[in-house]
Amino acid sequence: MPPTPPVPPTDPGATLLRVEGLAKAYVPAKPVFADVSFTMQRGEFVCIIGHSGCGKTTILNVLAGLDTATGGHAFMDGREIVGPSLTRGVVFQSHALMPWLTVRKNIAFAVESRWPDWSRKQVDEQVVRFVELVGLGAAIDKKPSQLSGGMKQRVGIARAFAIQPRMLLLDEPFGALDALTRGTIQDELMRIVRQTQQTVFMITHDVDEAILLADRILLMRNGSETSSGYLPGNIAESVANPLPRERTRAGLHHLDGYYALRNHIVDFLVTRAKAT
Amino acid sequence: MRRSLNLKAALLSLLLLAVFLGIWQVATMTTAPVAAQPTLTPEQIEYQKMLGKNPEPGGQAKASGFPTPAEMGATAWRQLSNPFYDNGPNDKGIAIQLAWSLGRVGLGFLLACLVAVPLGFVIGMSPLLHKAFDPFIQVLKPISPLAWMPLALYTIKDSSTSGIFVIFICSVWPMLLNTAFGVASVKREWLAVASTLEVKPLRRAFRVILPAAAPTILTGMRISMGIAWLVIVAAEMLVGGTGIGYFVWNEWNNLSLTNVIFAILLIGVVGMLLDLAFAGLQRKVTYVE
Repeated sequence: MPPTPPVPPTDPGATLLRVEGLAKAYVPAKPVFADVSFTMQRGEFVCIIGHSGCGKTTILNVLAGLDTATGGHAFMDGREIVGPSLTRGVVFQSHALMPWLTVRKNIAFAVESRWPDWSRKQVDEQVVRFVELVGLGAAIDKKPSQLSGGMKQRVGIARAFAIQPRMLLLDEPFGALDALTRGTIQDELMRIVRQTQQTVFMITHDVDEAILLADRILLMRNGSETSSGYLPGNIAESVANPLPRERTRAGLHHLDGYYALRNHIVDFLVTRAKAT
Repeated sequence: MRRSLNLKAALLSLLLLAVFLGIWQVATMTTAPVAAQPTLTPEQIEYQKMLGKNPEPGGQAKASGFPTPAEMGATAWRQLSNPFYDNGPNDKGIAIQLAWSLGRVGLGFLLACLVAVPLGFVIGMSPLLHKAFDPFIQVLKPISPLAWMPLALYTIKDSSTSGIFVIFICSVWPMLLNTAFGVASVKREWLAVASTLEVKPLRRAFRVILPAAAPTILTGMRISMGIAWLVIVAAEMLVGGTGIGYFVWNEWNNLSLTNVIFAILLIGVVGMLLDLAFAGLQRKVTYVE
């Protein structure tokens, strides 16, 4: 067993992430979004939902340290985020596996980056553990090109989990998958997140996905021209998920409050989220 | 299905070879000595010989004629059965000559690798350097490598080293451009993965960018090697001394067409083997996305 515990230090309820007045402008007069503020608790699963172009991915990239905001700040554990860090794992929409490496080596690359002084054996143990966590033990020595889209995304998830980050950032991880595969991996992700008490920030377009996975759903509005001038995009609402935390995809629509929540989000997306 | 296609292709190749050899044989057949040839006086024979002609019966057609396939075969056999002899500066075995050429190509190519790959890396990583270097590369690239020869001979003052320099200068461009292109077109997402994992620049260069760009770099190397092998023959004809190019030139001066043809064939075969070797390397580093 590797010396580090599989579960990141958790203290549920404590604030892990604080975003204050974040803004991004490519044209100074018309920021894509401005004054975006929210917080995330440790162990919380937050989904952000909104139409294309509202700036979700930019927010995620700022949190990942891959992009810089033009205004505002983001703090994790009280320290400002200024660049990429191993404490924040990222799962990319396009899985971003290195095609010349096998599954094992792809994940080992991440593990070696996280713990450079680990022995080869320790690294391999960690790799095997997380590959098995996503159920890909049989494909561990295959190259990504030999895997299906869903399996590749699983490897991407395993890679992000394997470095045991303080927070996980998922950029529409299931966007490119078919509905069936998507469902299976959602269940899997939920199981792993519950098991590891991971803090997750995830972008999605899928309302049901958000309802299934998230403890809280941030509804984001696009920037728009109004009669009183340009209104930059922002988080319009933060909806707490009232459904019990132990829920399954199959039983989701039987839960009390599911339809009310779903209708609320869909109404938002249809009528309020986008400029007319 | 595929096997039968290969078999058919091989048979057709053999047929083409046979036809080619047949035509060659027919075209170079010695015409029977004309019976009505007037008998020459010893003085006339002497005179003919001084003019470079062979007045012996049948010798006329043979001396000025192109070698026959059989003569070629004999020469090839003679050369290949004793490839390592060394009878002084102008008479060395074919393997020794080839080794000189391959050595020069190898050395020049290696030096070019050492310059082109790191420089291409830097140029590929930095749009600023790419723009800054571009005009120089664009001007230097189309220069025939042999045009450098006088300058090289004057500055280096050594013909063999000048040959190596010419190989260097012709190999460097395709490798440089391909490396820069390969490095510049490494997928952003792989670099993003590397930065979220806080991978140090050197490790990123060797573990992410190099493998990602390797197929493109190898393509550049393959092109460079092809050009280097083309250029070495011309370069050695120019600087003389040793090497397969010099061998061709020397045998031309000896009017030994069989040796010239043999060398031409050999240059082709070695060039093909070099290309095959690089194709193999290329396959090794190529990945499927």
